[in-house]
Amino acid sequence: MPLKIVPDNTNIGFVRVRFIAFALTLLLTIGSIGLLATRGLNLGVDFVGGLTMEVEFKAPPPLDALRKEVDNLGVGTSALQEFGSPRNILVRLPLPEGDQAAVQRIVAKVQAGLKGNYGDVNFRRVESVSGKVSGELIESGIWAVLLSMAAVALFTWFRFEWFFGISTVVALVHDVIVTLGFFALTQLEFDLNVVAAVLTIIGYSLNDKVVIDDRIRENLRKYRTMDIGPIIDLSVNETLPRTVMTSVTLIAALMALLLLGPDVIFGFTAAMVLGIIVGTYSSIFVSSSLLISLGVKSRAAPELASAERVVRR
Amino acid sequence: MLDFPKWKIWTIVATIAFGLLFAAPNFLSERQAAALPGFLPSKQLSLGLDLRGGSHLMLEASTEDVRKTKLESLEDTVRSELRQVPGGAVAFTDMSTAGGKLSLIITDPTRLDAAVEALRKVTQPISGLPGARDVDVNIVYGNKIVLNETDAGIAASIDNAMAQAVEVIRKRIDELGTREPTIVRQGANRIVVQVPGLQDPSALKALLGKTAKLEFKLVDVVADPTETAQGRAPPGSQILPSLEGQPIVVKRRAIISGDQLVDSQVSQDQNGSPAVSFRFDSTGGRRFAQATQENVGKPFAIVLDGKVISAPNINEPILGGAGIISGSYTIQSANELAILLRSGKLPVELKVVEERTVGPDLGADSIRAGALAGIVAVLAVSVIMIATYGRFGLYSVAALIINVLLILGVMSMGGFTLTLPGIAGMVLTIGAAVDANVLINERIREEQRKGRGVIPSVEVGFRDATRTIWDANSLNIIVAVIMFIFGSGPIKGFAVVLSIGIATSVFTAVTVVRLMASRWLAKARPASLSI
Repeated sequence: MPLKIVPDNTNIGFVRVRFIAFALTLLLTIGSIGLLATRGLNLGVDFVGGLTMEVEFKAPPPLDALRKEVDNLGVGTSALQEFGSPRNILVRLPLPEGDQAAVQRIVAKVQAGLKGNYGDVNFRRVESVSGKVSGELIESGIWAVLLSMAAVALFTWFRFEWFFGISTVVALVHDVIVTLGFFALTQLEFDLNVVAAVLTIIGYSLNDKVVIDDRIRENLRKYRTMDIGPIIDLSVNETLPRTVMTSVTLIAALMALLLLGPDVIFGFTAAMVLGIIVGTYSSIFVSSSLLISLGVKSRAAPELASAERVVRR
Repeated sequence: MLDFPKWKIWTIVATIAFGLLFAAPNFLSERQAAALPGFLPSKQLSLGLDLRGGSHLMLEASTEDVRKTKLESLEDTVRSELRQVPGGAVAFTDMSTAGGKLSLIITDPTRLDAAVEALRKVTQPISGLPGARDVDVNIVYGNKIVLNETDAGIAASIDNAMAQAVEVIRKRIDELGTREPTIVRQGANRIVVQVPGLQDPSALKALLGKTAKLEFKLVDVVADPTETAQGRAPPGSQILPSLEGQPIVVKRRAIISGDQLVDSQVSQDQNGSPAVSFRFDSTGGRRFAQATQENVGKPFAIVLDGKVISAPNINEPILGGAGIISGSYTIQSANELAILLRSGKLPVELKVVEERTVGPDLGADSIRAGALAGIVAVLAVSVIMIATYGRFGLYSVAALIINVLLILGVMSMGGFTLTLPGIAGMVLTIGAAVDANVLINERIREEQRKGRGVIPSVEVGFRDATRTIWDANSLNIIVAVIMFIFGSGPIKGFAVVLSIGIATSVFTAVTVVRLMASRWLAKARPASLSI
């Protein structure tokens, strides 16, 4: 007998607990906004400009002493961070003013400065981004996120009905904000890769919602006399095995990436894992139940059917 | 739904075979791939700098700089043009380039129209914009003429300068002997240079960061030293910093510029220290000969990028069209200057605004970790899928592996670059492919629970799920396209793989799995289906 992660014919009353879910969602959202406002994001050089070097030491260096040594080199105030392993340290410095060679001079200075106490160190990666470019990267990142959301809303509106569009986007905004809140909480570096992760979360969370919305629409047509509440419960329960199965599989794949994959994309993968958990939660508990609050009635079924005919043709 | 016409089966098989053929070179060593017979594809996936190591530089030209250069050359043109007006040279005063425009006052108001007409003739039409000129010539306050660069004119000269800059950069990098550099323009005034394998970009930056504008100017020997000390130069002259310390007053007009150089090499001066020799083309040589002939006994300045390198006396006319620049050079810096002079001057100064260098061991680590993670991810997904859906799970795993190979094939064929976020994108497409099969299999389960027979269940399962899969994946494509258009760097690399992966995963997860399932159902005609 094949394995079943979710048993057949579940009948969980998701709609009944919607106010608890709404409250929790609101709490998570407000909490995340609070974290973003107070702690803020640990923005990488991509977004604030500056100089980053990933330095590999022969043995794990003491961070406090290292910080003092780097600061004493006269290259600006440093920020150190372990990266992947205790032997790999990410050194962040303000971008040097001056000519083209300034970055190399600083790297050489740090290299020479560290050589005395730590022997040969290996500069695995050096990145510098000027303030102007980082400003543009922020701008293009924000545009990409906003436009994706708008495109999603439009698509769901045309493909389904306006209330599906609204419930989906509300849930997506929640997913994105909570993911950002997670980055504010953990202070993991927020770089361009993470923006790519946020965009993917939008895509995947959307998948979940579209599958459920699809089913709700189908059931609205099938059971014209049933109330909207039971229809939503039925649809969410019917699609539950798929929702959970996909999320579990995806998380299994991502865990491989998180634990074994390159350190450079750790933040990316962490964002993805969290985003999928949050997205699955909001698909099951929030976006569909929100349809009731938006005033959808099963009476709307004939309209839906006609809308569907138009699309099909 | 489950019957496949013969042509469809063959199309599917051919598509897969084609994709695998293009993916195959990636599993060979570089040498083996190159040795493949010509009719087989041999292109390997190009890896991004984050995976293979190397330097990435983004250079930005100051548009202000382009504007200034343009204005300076405009000034020269106007001077010579007014001298050649039919009916005698037009006299003018108060020529000024203040405020980014060129203005002058024509002394004789009756010649105003002739002057304007002559100047209008030298403005250039802009290709692609009928009626537009690069400079507006207007009369203000009676006899003052103002020449203003139009926006289209500035855009065209920036475009022109950037195109030239790319060529100059290519020449300079080729001189370094580095392998397969990528030099592309980005936006209106940026150039991205990627050099795989380059560890220390300082030599590269030294080469790219210098304009290498070489000029020969006469030294203004009559300038008042006290005025000079206060930073004031006589009209027509300018004060330039010099390598030897003391600023030097030189005539603004260059007697000759480095544009006419044909060659430049490292050589030695009389004392045997490293120097740079240069040779002019024939017109340049003649002008140089003439200029030196007229100024024997006077000092002239060799000016590089606005700095006086040396100011020797012209002891005798230099007739051969060749010369030597000596200063305090090492062999290395002399070689650098020779390269710079050989490859010509940059039409505009470039500044590094973004720099990323990845060491080769980090790149190799990333590939290793990425590949390992990918394999473990496929294994984990396979175990879950087969345990959950049995035979149909096995089909989806087969489709999944075909999918990964197809992504590799399409990327090799299309010459796309695989970056680290791209590997992550590949792992995520695995998710999309799995999702499609989960949808199908769950539908089949549902239909079976309703008491339908095996074949109708499978049929309905595929049909109903396909609609949802299309909905979901069209949305994902939309997001991927937006990422590609608005994203930069890593986001773009991710979006490319995601878009390709979505397309191939719909094909493998829906079409290929359906083919496998239908063949099995037709052959085995199972009475029950364990799913």
